[in-house]
Amino acid sequence: MIPRPRPRRFRLRRTMMFMNAQKPGLIKDAYIYGCDSIMLDLEDAVAENQKDAARFSLYHALKTIDYGNTEVIVRINGLDTPHWQEDIRVCVAGGADGIRIAKCESAQDVITVENAVLAAEKEFGVEEGRTLLMAALESPKGIINAYEICTASKRMFGVAISGGDFRRCMGTHFQRDGVDLLVARGQMLIAARAAGIQCFDTVFTDLDDDEGFEAELLQNKAMGFDGKSLINPKQIRPVHDLLAPTEKEVLWAKKVVEAYREQSAAGVGVFTVDGKMIDIAFIPGAERTLRLAKACGMYDGDLV
Amino acid sequence: MKVEKTAVAGTLESSDAMVTVEPSKGGIEMELTSSVMNQYGRQIKAVVLETLEHLEVKDCKVTIVDKGALDCTLKARVECAVFRSCGKSDKNIPWGGAVR
Repeated sequence: MIPRPRPRRFRLRRTMMFMNAQKPGLIKDAYIYGCDSIMLDLEDAVAENQKDAARFSLYHALKTIDYGNTEVIVRINGLDTPHWQEDIRVCVAGGADGIRIAKCESAQDVITVENAVLAAEKEFGVEEGRTLLMAALESPKGIINAYEICTASKRMFGVAISGGDFRRCMGTHFQRDGVDLLVARGQMLIAARAAGIQCFDTVFTDLDDDEGFEAELLQNKAMGFDGKSLINPKQIRPVHDLLAPTEKEVLWAKKVVEAYREQSAAGVGVFTVDGKMIDIAFIPGAERTLRLAKACGMYDGDLV
Repeated sequence: MKVEKTAVAGTLESSDAMVTVEPSKGGIEMELTSSVMNQYGRQIKAVVLETLEHLEVKDCKVTIVDKGALDCTLKARVECAVFRSCGKSDKNIPWGGAVR
């Protein structure tokens, strides 16, 4: 058995790759791809008559395979199915880092899952509060209720939009400029930021359209997403490359943080760096850049 | 557990195994075909027997068609087949107990 360290609510999650929990060939070496998180799927990827088999497979994978620093999240079946309660039992018993609630529409959905998770933690002698939660918003109602969902539990570390289902609800299709999801992405981001949790974009399904994938990533970055859900290992590298700060951004952030520490120690609140005004409002952003740079191996200083 | 009817779990895909359990009266009877028989035949049999022992299955015929499954996959397939044979594979699985 491989004991996993206590999950951290806030960590780097640029890439979350979906894997069918029922396919041993996939889950046995999922960690070698280098994504930040893997998402073992008990929901849509698993046929209705194989839900039971997927849980046995998931349990032993969680107990046997050393996923190292890769975070292990499990997507459970929706609350409108007969499967979700047993899904939660196996996730907690196996020691998954977190659970992704599919088709989440309200704070009550989060609370329902949290109660079942707590009961399972007690049943299996797992530290109470260990298992993290995230929610997938897949419907207009989920987007409307984004803020109450984001703040429904201390276990919540993030929300993600599920584009396929959402577009279907809205009667639209994938658009290259992202206009189909613009408001939904924006509303979810605002809710996540207001709640102080992370926010992840939907999958990009056309594996042959590298240009479209890159355009969507750049838009994700510009909008402020923390990461993206992926369906294929080949999508990992582009995300890590594009979400990484540029060398210029790292240098600038370093300068800003250093100057801020120096100036505030001297009692100065607002000052200039290379002719640009800087005050405390710029510091969290600069520190975030440095943390990201550190994770990408571009910065090894001790400012963050 | 008592194997009550014939049940199957797993697939013939690479890294997987297809496990069939059938009721029987004379202890454990095992039939194994494997793509890695020479290297791992003995190990596979040991894992299957150990898993059946944990589940307290005393009598059954078990047929394994192995396509290079890891031990953890073999266990999962044997357990699923046994629970299916009793119609109990859907809920209240003893995770960490008989299933370990």
